[in-house]
This record gives sequence, C-alpha cells and structure tokens, in this order.
Amino acid sequence: MSPEEELQSNGSVASSTRNIVGVLKEHNYLGLSDCSSVGSSNLSGLADDDKATISLKATELTLGLPGSQSPARDTELNLLGPAKLDEKPFFPLLPSKDEMCSSSSHKNIASGNKRGFSDTMDKVPVYTEKNWMFPEAVLATQSVIKKEVAQNLPKGKLSTTNNSSSPPAAKAQIVGWPPVRSYRKNTLATTCKNSDEVDGKPGSGPLFVKVSMDGAPYLRKVDLRSYTNYGELSAALEKMFTTFTLGQCGTSGATGKDVRNETKLKDLLNGKDYVLTYEDKDGDWMLVGDFSWEIFIGVCKKLKIMKGCDAIGLAAAPAPAPRAMEKSKMRA
Amino acid sequence: IAGVLTWATLLKVSHGHCLLCFSCLVTLVFVSPLPQFIYIIPKPSSFRLRSLTSNHISNLSMDLRLPSKVLEHILSFVDSNEDRNSVSLVCKSWFETERRTRKRVFVRNCYAVTPEAVARRFPETRSLTLKGKPHFADYNLVPDGWGGYAWPWIEAMAAKCPSLEELRLKRMVVTDECLEKIAASFKDFKVLVLTSCEGFSTDGLAAIAVACRNLRELELRECIVEDIGGDWLSYFPETLTSLVSLDFSCLDSEVKLSDLERLLSRSPNLKSLKLNRAVSLDALGSLLRLAPQLVELGTGSFSDKLDQEAVAKLSQAFSELKELKSLSGLWDVLPEYIPLLYSVCPGLTSLNLSYATVQMSDLVELITGCSNLQKLWVMDLIEDKGLEVVASSCKELRELRVFPSGAEGLNDTNVAMTEQGLVSVSEGCPNLESVLYFCVQFTNAAMVTIARNRPNLTCFRLCVMEPFAPDHKTQQPLDEGFKAIVERCKDLQRLSVSGLLTDKAFEYIGTHGKKLRMLSIAFAGDSDLMLHHLLSGCESLNKLEIRDCPFGDTALLENAAKLETMRSLWMSSCCVSFGACKLLSPKMPKLNVEVIDEHPLETRPDSSPVERIYIYRTLAGPRLDMPEFVWTIQKNPEIGVSHLAIK
Repeated sequence: MSPEEELQSNGSVASSTRNIVGVLKEHNYLGLSDCSSVGSSNLSGLADDDKATISLKATELTLGLPGSQSPARDTELNLLGPAKLDEKPFFPLLPSKDEMCSSSSHKNIASGNKRGFSDTMDKVPVYTEKNWMFPEAVLATQSVIKKEVAQNLPKGKLSTTNNSSSPPAAKAQIVGWPPVRSYRKNTLATTCKNSDEVDGKPGSGPLFVKVSMDGAPYLRKVDLRSYTNYGELSAALEKMFTTFTLGQCGTSGATGKDVRNETKLKDLLNGKDYVLTYEDKDGDWMLVGDFSWEIFIGVCKKLKIMKGCDAIGLAAAPAPAPRAMEKSKMRA
Repeated sequence: IAGVLTWATLLKVSHGHCLLCFSCLVTLVFVSPLPQFIYIIPKPSSFRLRSLTSNHISNLSMDLRLPSKVLEHILSFVDSNEDRNSVSLVCKSWFETERRTRKRVFVRNCYAVTPEAVARRFPETRSLTLKGKPHFADYNLVPDGWGGYAWPWIEAMAAKCPSLEELRLKRMVVTDECLEKIAASFKDFKVLVLTSCEGFSTDGLAAIAVACRNLRELELRECIVEDIGGDWLSYFPETLTSLVSLDFSCLDSEVKLSDLERLLSRSPNLKSLKLNRAVSLDALGSLLRLAPQLVELGTGSFSDKLDQEAVAKLSQAFSELKELKSLSGLWDVLPEYIPLLYSVCPGLTSLNLSYATVQMSDLVELITGCSNLQKLWVMDLIEDKGLEVVASSCKELRELRVFPSGAEGLNDTNVAMTEQGLVSVSEGCPNLESVLYFCVQFTNAAMVTIARNRPNLTCFRLCVMEPFAPDHKTQQPLDEGFKAIVERCKDLQRLSVSGLLTDKAFEYIGTHGKKLRMLSIAFAGDSDLMLHHLLSGCESLNKLEIRDCPFGDTALLENAAKLETMRSLWMSSCCVSFGACKLLSPKMPKLNVEVIDEHPLETRPDSSPVERIYIYRTLAGPRLDMPEFVWTIQKNPEIGVSHLAIK
C-alpha cells in the first residue's frame, strides 16, 4: 500500500495540506449554469404549486398494513430494458412529480406523503410498502432490488426480529430505526432477558449473542430469536463466515479481498473440521445440539466456531456443580 | 522576564511594535536584549488567531522577523488547532514552526488524508484522534467490511512519530495486531481510548497492559470485543502505578477480583473506573473501599442479593466517595438498592441511568437529590412526571438524553412519556443546551414552547419513533415546530429531525440554520427541494446524513460545489441514481464519491437508484482498501464515464 500512497500524496502534500483550512474554491458545477437557472426557476415555481398540494397531502395518512402491496410491486418485476429508461436529464423528477400529485384517484398515490422503505439490508420481507413520489421506472427498479435482496442473506448483518406472530398493526422492522446503537439494543435485550426470567414473562426481544470463529479477524453477532431451529442458525452462520477465508484472515486490517468460498466453510463444517460450540450460563463450553432449541436459546450466552481438534473433550452435558462453586468462591 | 498587564495598560506602553494584538487579559513577555519586541501573548483560553493573516500583519507595519524559537514559545500557548491552522497559513516559516510543534492532531475522517502525510507533517505529535466510519454505522446502515482500518495509521505513526503517547479512535476497525503494534512501538504510550470500535479481542488488551509501563488511560467505550476471557487484566504489571482511567464496561467476561483489587491498591491516581456487568454488587463494595478518590464510577451489575450487613457496608463505601462527579453503569439495578446512591447524588454532575430499567417512582428521590447535575441520560421509563422532577431539581442541567426502553425501540407498553416531559425540562432548566429525545409522538406546539424557553440550545435531536408521525394533536406536519427551533436557537449546531416533514421544514432550516454543522434526517421531505434548501441555505453545514428520503439527483448535482465545503454527506435508501453518481465523481476531484451497494453496478441502468452513497472531501484521493461492495469511479472505471479525474 505504501509506495502508491507515497507517490500519490508526495507532490501534493505541501500545497494540499495548506488547503486543509484554506478557502476552498467554489466550483461552477458542470457548466450547468444555464440549466441550473432554469432548474431553480422550476424549483421555485414548483414550490408554490406544491404548497397547496402538499397541505392536502399532508392530511391524508394511510398506513400500509402488513401484506399490502403497493402498485409498484404489482408491476412486472423484471429489470426494465433500456428502451423504457431513456437517458433522462436530471429535471424530469419535478414534472413527473406534477403528474403524480394530480392523479389523486389512485389510493396509494394519494397517500402521497408515505415513502417506501427500502429494506435493502433486511432479510425480512417489507410489510408496510408505501409509495415514493417518483417516476414509475425508478420505483419499479427499486422494487426489483428489494426483491433481489430479500432473497439474499445480508453479509454479516444483524437481522432484526420479525414478529410474525404479533397482531397486524405491528410495525415493520426497519433496519437502523429507531436510531439506537446496537450496543444499547444488545445490552437492553440482555437486561430484558434477565428480568423476564425473574418475572416469568417470556422474553420477546431479540436475543443477540456473539459468534466468534477461530482465525476470523473479528466476531459477529446473531439474534437467536430470529431462528427457529438449529438448521436455520447453522445456515446463517455459514453464510456469515464464508467471508473469512479460513486460514487466510488478514489481521493486518486492510482486508479488501475476502474470498467468498461459500462451499468451503460448509464442507469444513460438515467435514467435521469445525464444530459449533456455545458457552452456557455457567461459563462452560458445550457442543451445540444436545438440547432442544428452546432450551438452547435459554442457556446460550456465546457461540464459537472451534476447530474440531480444540473441541475434543468438550462437555456435551451440563457441567457438574464444583465449577459453579468455584465461581461463587471467586465472587466472595 | 514576564509581566502581566491588562489590555488598557498595554495601550499605554505600546511602542507601535504591536504584534499579535488581541482582546482580553494578556500575558506580556518582554524579551531583552535588543531588539525589544513586545510579544503579547494572551491567556490561552482567550486566544483567537483566526483573524491573523499575513495581510493583517503587514498592515501593522512592523518588522516581522520572529526568531523561530520565539514563535515556538508563543505557540506553546496556542492549543486550539483551529488557531494553529491559521498560524500555519501565514508564511512558510510559520508553517514549519507550527508543524514541528503541534502536539495534538485530530483527523475527523480517516480517509480525508493519508496516514503518511499526517505523520510526516507532524513528527512531534503526542496525540492522535481519528474517526472512521460514518455516523450511521452506529445504526447498522454501513455494511461490515466497509473500511475504517486503524492499522495503516498505527503503522505510519510507529514509523515516523515514535513519541506518540495518546491514541483516540472512534468507529474504526482495530485488530489485535494493531494493539500489539502500539504496545511495541510507542515507548511512552499513555492513553488509549476506543469508542465504538471493533475487531480486537481481549488478547490485544493484554498486549497493551503488559507493555505500556506508563499507561494512564485505557477506555473501551461501547466496543465490540471478542471476549476470550478476563485474564487480560492480570497482565498489568505490579510496577504499573500510573493508571488514571480504566473503562472496560463493554466486556463480558469476568475479571479476577483479586487482580482488580491489587490494581486499584497500587493506582493512587485512579480517577475514573468503569466496570463491566460481570462485576457483582458485592465486589463493588471492596473496590470502592480501595478507591475512594474516584471522580467517575461505572458500576457493574447492581442486582445481587445482599444481606443487610453487606448493604450497610456498601452504603458506607458509597458515602466515602467524596469526589464522585459521574455515575454510570447500574445495569439490572434493583429498586431496593437505589438508596445506596443517595449519598453521592449532591456531588454528581453526570448521571447515566440509561441502562437502569427501573420505573419512575424508584427514580424520583434519586433525582431530587441531584441538585448539581449537568448531564442526565435516562430511559423513557422516567416518564413525564419524572422529567418534571428533573426540571425542578436539576437547575444546572445542560444535557438531557432520553432513550427508548422498548426492546425494538418501539414502545409496546404504554410508557407515559410524551412531549410534555421535554417541555417541562426546557422550562425548568435554564442552562439546557443539548437534547436527545426519543418519543413516540410530538407536537408543533411543544417545539415552539421549547424553542421559546431555550433559545440557547446548541444540539437538538428529536427522534419521533413513529416514522411520518404528524403532530398528534393537529395532524399537521412538524414543519412549524422545527421552524421555531431553528429560528429561535441561533446557535444551533446539531439537529436531528423526524416525524412527518414536508419540504417546507427544510426551507426553514435552510433559511435559519446558519450555524448548523450537523444534520440528520430520516423519512422526511417530499422532493429534491428538501436537499436543495439545505445545501444552498445552511452555510456552516459540515455533516449531512440522510436516510429514506425521496430525493435524487437534481439538488445533489446542482449543489455539488457545496460538497467540497463539507466533511461528508451520507445518503441511504434515497433515490440518487447511478447516473448522477457517475456524473458527480469525475467533476469533483477533491471528493471521494463512494457508492455502497451490494449489487453489481455494471449492468444497472443509469436511472436506477443506488442503495447508499457516501461522499466526503479528501486530499488522499480514492482509498485503496475498498471492499467489493464499494464502488467509485476510480476503482471501477468500467462503470463510469470515459475519462477519469484522479489528480
């Protein structure tokens, strides 16, 4: 990395470093000055038009209930050919908007102030689908992307819980909303779990546990409540950890090229080179799979994908009492 | 020879050889022998060099031939990097002197400049602060593997700045190798603060502990750490007595209590201790007895079952904490143990209850006792009633953060906290300047009231958790409310908006938000107008982050020049088209235009929207560590226009 970096920055250090706080020149962008004057008059003109429209729109609020489909989704979900998507200049968004505004007959367009959530990172299908005020073409393409993504597992993303069992009025899980840090969510989730046990109420929040893997540069987290059996968990972990080329993990930090060896991990897992283990409440490491799924998620605190040889001798049954005693001695 | 004179006296002795003339109390340094220049060095806190340029100096018509040693001496009083940046612009020799004497370097976007350039320019730096990923990475909007690696920086500093003592990293990927390198390279390493970082394990911590003989601060704030065990703590050598701050609150594993006790016993300077959840309440007692001088305490879990004697001892230990100003932790706190804290309340200036899942009734007495509180973080379990108590008891309050308690953030239970709570605090707390408030719904009237009460707000982050929620009384958009905020709060620097908002809201923000530096927007606006208002109106805008808003290319392209005056722009799930990105990049060589999209772009039509776009100004050119899902015109020329514009 260094040689290229040096070359690139060498010549420009002296002058450019001064510019760090110097006055940055204003750029006349793209000679769009003619266009931009047209554009801005368009913009201001539109603003007035929109005032009336918007205030009307603002009062029309409808929720898209789970399972409802927006018209965009109903359109043919294939990538529109180039013929349909002509090279649009960047202004037609505004005239198109006019069209959309005026056609208030259509129910979904009338709920004009609603936007579609592009849950591109959520593997859960989007429940509340609302309309962007956009040309059809862009909408349709966006829906295509959504559909495609729904089929792919996100790369190492945390998946938020999908409360499919909750009443229809439940909100859709939007990635990163409300904007609460994962750290806080996880901490509170554990708090809920602890207090739920005390109160006897079933925990309904997500249940994040850390998953580490021998040789991987860093760990991941999974929400155990988003799976219903070991198979799902295993599949998810496979997908998650295929980004780490086993044995080649760049701990230097500049991991630009993780080789995706989808089958490699699977084979390794199945070929018993790696085993999945978990740490239970008592701090003991156990092999995954002996308990029923429900019991497992109740006791599992951490997961680890260990090399098979390291896992020899791991308990496959609850640890005996002396270990617990040792722990309480430490606390005293 | 030095004398202290006031500005008035100075005028009398002025020889006309006035150098660096500034207001307020100054320290005069008389340098003898001839030539006798009077160097006026203001007290550091009032030093404002911003207006100093070479023109300014020549206008004073004097002979400016400052020996560099004298300039160095003068600069030793100049702490602010903003001022130092001004100094470095005056002339070449000042640039040289300044760069050799700068001790603290802040790089707020680690990709804005190369590590080598920084290390070369500031060889004597003692402290480096870096930020990596964009802010929205906190909310999982940046895919794993995007970047923000600390390694190149540590490597560069190790090579050129071996006297580095302090490293503060935020949202960066730090590996064990990094930590080992730090331990091995910097002989006098003192301070390591990692905030929201990831990628390392407790083994890396052990490396730091064992090697850094003069370690003063080790703080892990909300990091994701591979927790192999609690042994790392035992690696602090017996000879280490310099510890001032230790924060391992984000770790899971239990550390050995005896190790911790011994560490505390030999750390008389320890002022800040933040334990992790695994430290029991019982253990806390013995720890507090060993460190009664603590100024900041983060407890561990607050929920053991203690017998009466233990409770009494713990209560005693708390009352011995005469210096305590900050309290946090309190995980799993049981209501019956809250009275243990009463004795420290009057001294507290900072209280973090945001992990304490207790009800309002349990908190009231605690808060009533905190008459000197300046910073309060709570959960919405505090309810409106609790916030009224805050308003009447905590008159010194400056910062309030109220976090959501529901597991998914969307409150299923009916927590009785509404906009009224914040209104009460705005009424009762005259010094309130920073607000973060999660609430299910809000009203315009409330915001108008808050703005009227507190025109001194500098940070207002309102998160109405229901997307597109209108004013729940009038069903109107929240435009008028935010208008009041930006209109009245003239010093507002940070704003997060939410709820139902039309383009009008952003017109207001663009018109009034002249000092706004950071703006966060989600699920708002109607059209490109929104972005246009912001980019053309907000003069001080530095960071703009937007998600799920319906605008696309027009405003972005029209206001492209603005982007070079900002640190960064983040847009995700908006409708920026692929074509716009292609147009934008080659024209703006001082920007990195990153398209972060997990689907291949080659086959995309130009009008298709991209998932995320992250634009930031940089001197370093395109970065070399991009993963496959980050596309730039330079890295992926096959997707772009025919000519490239790399400098």
